[in-house]
Amino acid sequence: MTDDAKLAAQSTVSASGRVAGDAGAVAAEAMRRRRRRRLLTYAGRLLTLALIVGGWQVLTDVKIVDAFFFGSPIGIVNRLVDWAEHGTAYGSLWEQIWITIEEALLGFLAGVASGVIFGVALGEFRYLADVLGPYIKVVNALPRIVLGSIFIIWLGLGMSSKVVLAAVLVFFVVFFNAFQGVRDVDRNLVANARILGASRLQITRHVVLPSALTWIIASLHVSLGFSIIGAIVGEFLGAQKGLGLVIATAQNTFDANGVFAAMLVIGILALSAEALMAQLERRLLSWRPPSSAEIADAAVT
Amino acid sequence: MGVATGAGRPTADRAPGGIELRGVTKRFLTPSGASMTALRDVDMAVAPGQFCAVVGPTGCGKSTTLTLVSGLDRPSAGTVRVGGQPVEGIPKGIGFVFQNDALLPWKTVLGNVVLGPMFRGVPRREAEARGREWLEVVGLADFAGHHPHQLSGGMRKRVSLAAALINEPSILLMDEPFGALDVQTKAIMSNELLALWEQTRPSVIFVTHDLEEAIGLADRVVVMTAGPGTVKAVYDIDLPRPRGAVQEIRFEPRFLEIHHQIWESLRSEVGRAYARTAAARAPVGGQA
Repeated sequence: MTDDAKLAAQSTVSASGRVAGDAGAVAAEAMRRRRRRRLLTYAGRLLTLALIVGGWQVLTDVKIVDAFFFGSPIGIVNRLVDWAEHGTAYGSLWEQIWITIEEALLGFLAGVASGVIFGVALGEFRYLADVLGPYIKVVNALPRIVLGSIFIIWLGLGMSSKVVLAAVLVFFVVFFNAFQGVRDVDRNLVANARILGASRLQITRHVVLPSALTWIIASLHVSLGFSIIGAIVGEFLGAQKGLGLVIATAQNTFDANGVFAAMLVIGILALSAEALMAQLERRLLSWRPPSSAEIADAAVT
Repeated sequence: MGVATGAGRPTADRAPGGIELRGVTKRFLTPSGASMTALRDVDMAVAPGQFCAVVGPTGCGKSTTLTLVSGLDRPSAGTVRVGGQPVEGIPKGIGFVFQNDALLPWKTVLGNVVLGPMFRGVPRREAEARGREWLEVVGLADFAGHHPHQLSGGMRKRVSLAAALINEPSILLMDEPFGALDVQTKAIMSNELLALWEQTRPSVIFVTHDLEEAIGLADRVVVMTAGPGTVKAVYDIDLPRPRGAVQEIRFEPRFLEIHHQIWESLRSEVGRAYARTAAARAPVGGQA
């Protein structure tokens, strides 16, 4: 190597070294800023919670707000502890929670399964969709919660009437999404699969279903919430056990703390279900490019 | 580009891949209920192993021709024959490369390439072995596990090409396959396509609106009229094969001569199509 070449090589090495150092510093700075921002966000959230709960407690303590009607945070916690230790009027708190979960989950599964099957079938067979379309619209136009009453007449006060109500609520959400998802399939993809030699069944399995899955999964978020609503409203209307019944009883005895306490339990339930669903969604849709909203989200947190 | 030895082998059971359209007319029903003629009395023949390019103004029914040959749609009148047989359903030995790469976004690159063999009942292990061979051929061996959205446009096009060619088609239909690519990528892909074609020699109908691309690639260029489309003229391209780099052949005197000749014919059609869309915006089917 000539001296010139050596010199040139050295200078490029040092130049690239300097560039790498700069990039490192920039990255560290960006990381630091991001951490700080996250910390601030959490602090803000904690403060908001403290303000609301603390304010509520203080207002009831100084009797500006009547604790009999509005309950109080300490009263709610006491009620929860009491339920956990001594059980509710209908057995242990855990049993009530489990009953509601079971009803919601069974209803959810039944509703999703039937919704997907009918949605895909009607999406794939145009004739079927044309024949059944108007009836489905009519049933969908009904406020379906009122069906709860008829289910209780038919199926009694046990779990089955709640499961069916939850399933019906879930069914329509999933059904319309599955149907739309099937209709929305890229015709190009279907044509390509046909030319590659796919049978009708293979097209449904490899092209239509995965394509509709995006729509179906989007509907699962909403339907999970609906299944919990279905179970609780069903219990409200008439039941022997469950969180809905606990709320109804608290309402009838003017026990505001009891209503809020049950609400808190249901809220935690719904949030955990939501988190599980998000996890499932991420796994099923891992092939998708991250959407711009998700990228923005990743940049903030 | 290196072509792997195993993947490009010609198969014994390939049907002879001639294509013949005779008096083909295709009408569509527009949403308003009127009839629109897309193709009128099209006569066209592609000999087995011939590379035929179809050029014409936008909306002249070039793509419709392909859907008729592929059996995705049926002609309103006339006959389409592939390998001597009238087309009913999808003919055997057809490959199709769409303008928008029709890759399944939820499958990996390898999963997309092996679709053809999988649909035809080839065992997974064998299909994947062949798929990997083909990914090697198109230079994407390292991307087998990627999803389509992680690839560039040119790479996705190569996956589409591999997915079409893995079935070893005797007839390859291409609908403006490189239309969405940038100029450099397009040139590279044209060269790769020619190299692949010269290995297996399927009959090709290559629809494009790029005349240079058509002349550079094809044995024969068919010029279509503005809609309703019909064959205006057919030019045999006597440039020697193998052609080599498409972007260099463009400067040869013979190429320029042919280009000039065909452009004369094409120009008036392009003008007519433009005048029609620019003026009045009347439904095209009105005069059919």
